[in-house]
Amino acid sequence: MMVYLLEAGQVLLALGLAPGLVGLIRWMKARLQNRRGAPVWQPYRDLRKLFHKEVVLSENASWIFRAAPFVVFASTVAVSFLVPLLAVPLPLDGVGDLLVVVYLLLLGAFFLGLAGLDPGSAFGGMGSSREMTVAALAEPTLALAIFALALGAGSTNLGQIVGRTMADPLAAVSPGHLLAFAALFIVMLAETGRLPVDNPATHLELTMIHEAMVLEYSGRYLALIEWAAALKLLIFFTLLGNLFIPWGVATTPNPTALAIAVGTLLAKLGILAAVVALFETRVAKLRLFRVPELLSVSFVLALLAVTSSFLLR
Amino acid sequence: MTIASWLLYATVGAYTLGALAALGLRGATGRVLGAVGAVTGSVATLALGAWCLGTDTRLAVTAPILPLTGLALRVDAVSAFFLVVVGVAAAAASVYGVAYSAHYEGRYSLRLLGVMFNVLLLSLAIQVVADNALTFLMTWEVMSLSAYFLVLTEHDQRETVRAANWYLVITHAGFAALVAAFLLLAAGDPTMSFTTMRSAVLAPGTRDAVFVLALIGFGAKAGIVPLHVWLPMAHPVAPSHVSALMSGVVIKMGVYGLLRVSLDLLGGGPAWWGGLVLGVGAGSALLGVLYALMEHDLKRLLAYHSIENIGIIFMGLGAGLMFQSYGLPALATLGFVAGLYHTLNHACFKGLLFLGAGSVLYATHTRNMEELGGLIKRMPRTAVCFLVGAAAISALPPLNGFASEWLLFQALVGGSTIPRAEVAVVMPVAVAMLALTSGLAVACFVKAFGITFLALPRSAEAARAREAPLAMQIGMGGLVLACVALGLAPFFVVPVLGSTLGGVGGLPFAPVAFSLGTSFRVAGAVGQMSPLLVALGLVLLVGLTLASLRGFADRRLRVGETWGCGRIGQTARMEYTATAFAEPLRRVFAELYRPTQHLSIDFHPASRYFVESIEYRSEIHPWFEQALYAPILVLLRAAARRVRRVQAGSLHLYLTYMTIALVVLLVVARWPR
Repeated sequence: MMVYLLEAGQVLLALGLAPGLVGLIRWMKARLQNRRGAPVWQPYRDLRKLFHKEVVLSENASWIFRAAPFVVFASTVAVSFLVPLLAVPLPLDGVGDLLVVVYLLLLGAFFLGLAGLDPGSAFGGMGSSREMTVAALAEPTLALAIFALALGAGSTNLGQIVGRTMADPLAAVSPGHLLAFAALFIVMLAETGRLPVDNPATHLELTMIHEAMVLEYSGRYLALIEWAAALKLLIFFTLLGNLFIPWGVATTPNPTALAIAVGTLLAKLGILAAVVALFETRVAKLRLFRVPELLSVSFVLALLAVTSSFLLR
Repeated sequence: MTIASWLLYATVGAYTLGALAALGLRGATGRVLGAVGAVTGSVATLALGAWCLGTDTRLAVTAPILPLTGLALRVDAVSAFFLVVVGVAAAAASVYGVAYSAHYEGRYSLRLLGVMFNVLLLSLAIQVVADNALTFLMTWEVMSLSAYFLVLTEHDQRETVRAANWYLVITHAGFAALVAAFLLLAAGDPTMSFTTMRSAVLAPGTRDAVFVLALIGFGAKAGIVPLHVWLPMAHPVAPSHVSALMSGVVIKMGVYGLLRVSLDLLGGGPAWWGGLVLGVGAGSALLGVLYALMEHDLKRLLAYHSIENIGIIFMGLGAGLMFQSYGLPALATLGFVAGLYHTLNHACFKGLLFLGAGSVLYATHTRNMEELGGLIKRMPRTAVCFLVGAAAISALPPLNGFASEWLLFQALVGGSTIPRAEVAVVMPVAVAMLALTSGLAVACFVKAFGITFLALPRSAEAARAREAPLAMQIGMGGLVLACVALGLAPFFVVPVLGSTLGGVGGLPFAPVAFSLGTSFRVAGAVGQMSPLLVALGLVLLVGLTLASLRGFADRRLRVGETWGCGRIGQTARMEYTATAFAEPLRRVFAELYRPTQHLSIDFHPASRYFVESIEYRSEIHPWFEQALYAPILVLLRAAARRVRRVQAGSLHLYLTYMTIALVVLLVVARWPR
């Protein structure tokens, strides 16, 4: 019973932290650009405001448009049940492995892509076309990163990957691991719509991807989508932080270990947020047709990761 | 008489009566009675397969109908599984066909359609239980020809005739390869029975030759690249329930044949066999989906996806053969199970998608996606069915496509245990190709569903569309249920498939452990998952979200116009099109597609600033097919010109030819050895 409570608590923590993470990156970026920036808790205020606003629905939209936010939100929350945030092993670890995580996120993308087309605006169609392109091209890298991790751990299940790396700390600095980390980092930028693939700060520009796709959304629907997007970012950060550098994750559910786990998690998220913020102030957005080049770089990195794991076995 | 043999006779009887009814009775009576025969027969087929799988029954029937060898039928576990595949898709397509074929009345021959449909189903059912080479090859040919006549239903269209010709030529080239393969396998045994083939000891070179010939012959039927060219031509022009059957079942006979010959009759082979199958599978999967992305004809798009999915199935078989040759039985079973599971799944979701496309075609009389749109409001049930099929083929959890692709991923990841590192390194490449394929499939089906069913109708036909008739809805609904059930219950399907393969080609009897509880574990797989719990979780979470919003969020809702940058009055002309949707990927893979574009602008004679009309044409050249087939066509034409000299029109000359041929044959036959 305790472990199930822990699992639920972990998901609530993720849901609670996610908007703050987005706020933190924004605030750091503003500071790096010599602006004061909105406070870290601004996204929470935005969500609250959106939840209390009226929804404006396009007259062309069908039920897909109204169902999509719920599917996107539910699938992202379902993923956060499978990701080891604080402790391993968790009772639901066997319900889904890393492949399930990737394909559940794809389920959300599928419905968002449809919802982008549904109101019949050219913006939405453009956004969903681009989003699906990027998602499709990121897929091989994700699969290879999973392959590399599974090679090391002998399992594709997240809890076991974390457990195995903790048992064998040297694995964390093996070339395969490091290359896979780099590959997954690039994919994270693409999948969560960060620079240089997509600009999360832009509005109503032809350069945007995600924002264009969800342009027709408002009110509580938009709130759900924004929250899910923030949660997706947190999930990718947690994967990068906990799968590759698992220390701090509690192996026994006692209060001290959990407190340490919360502390290390916050530290890892903070560091990754700082890296992303720094990165985003240093690079410009790529043209859409240069994005495949970036993704093929990540693909090659992932392939090298797997090959080096084979050679160094 | 056992239940199994009753079911076998019921199958044969129902199809025969159905064919006779369609032949003899005119008008609606013939159409409906023919369909009743098809439905009864396919339900009996399904029941026979399920009964033999469920009760572990084996059945053998021999009748001295054919010369030399007799008609030998034998239902073993592999046949029983394929009977299920045939039965599921055939039952849905037959029910659907009752209503669908009605609109052919008075335009095309319903008699031909009804007869050939029953004959095709009968040949499919007999073929998978054939127990000697002659029975198998005969039914194979009957299947190919009846499918040819079905493709030719709308015979006054040039496109149809061309497609049917391509189909006929390639299928017969494949047939020739199959005859050669079986003659080599029989090794002089006049009964040509599968039992003696299993125990025959062949030289390694002969075995390799048999395998390659079988791969060509069955590959041509399955539509693997580069023998796929007929498939995107023939599937779209056939009546939609026939397309569903051809894509769902007929091309799967290639899978059945390859499995039967390479694993059962030959008992597996060297690693390169598996590597070759894996390679052509991966290539077909990727090329299939890439061409599908550029296709805006709904049924052609689906046909290209059949090439993709056959590729995925072949990847499973190839991985299985490879593991078997390295003595990894658990992984080999996993690979074959993944392939077979995907075979069944593809029969369900591709059948469903073709039936859905058929409903769209029935309602709008067009297959061109650029003229569709907004159908979700006019055909809501068809839209839901198509959506389920689209999500299933995109391998989205918790539907059935995901379950089998997950198994295949697990098998390929397990490939890292192959003892030779230089071979094992192939596996990550296969994983990457599979992942890219499924990513692109998602993009393609967002396009297919989004452009066809969402937003505003782009033509008057689409705006006038009506929901499909009830029988068509039932056909689609049945397959929707199958897709969901097969997706949620791999813990049930996988052990059954494992026991199907038990003992075949020396594979072990399914060492599969599973539990309904939290996780689902397969021997050989490195991961665990439970689609049932994922589905429950998703439903629960959606419910929770809805419930908590009810108490917390603002529930006001206002309906307004889509925001068009301040522009008022949105029309369908402002929507994104299928071409536009696929544009980014067309640019990314421009090397492959080699698109050509043509833009001509007519200016007003007075000023260049006023444009009178703009014409834009864009085409994608299948250069790869042209490069491959153009030389063959040239050679064939040259050969045909030479041969034509022989045909002089003189009866005396022909009689001379015959006499010479007879004498030569007699001399050869009586030649002392």
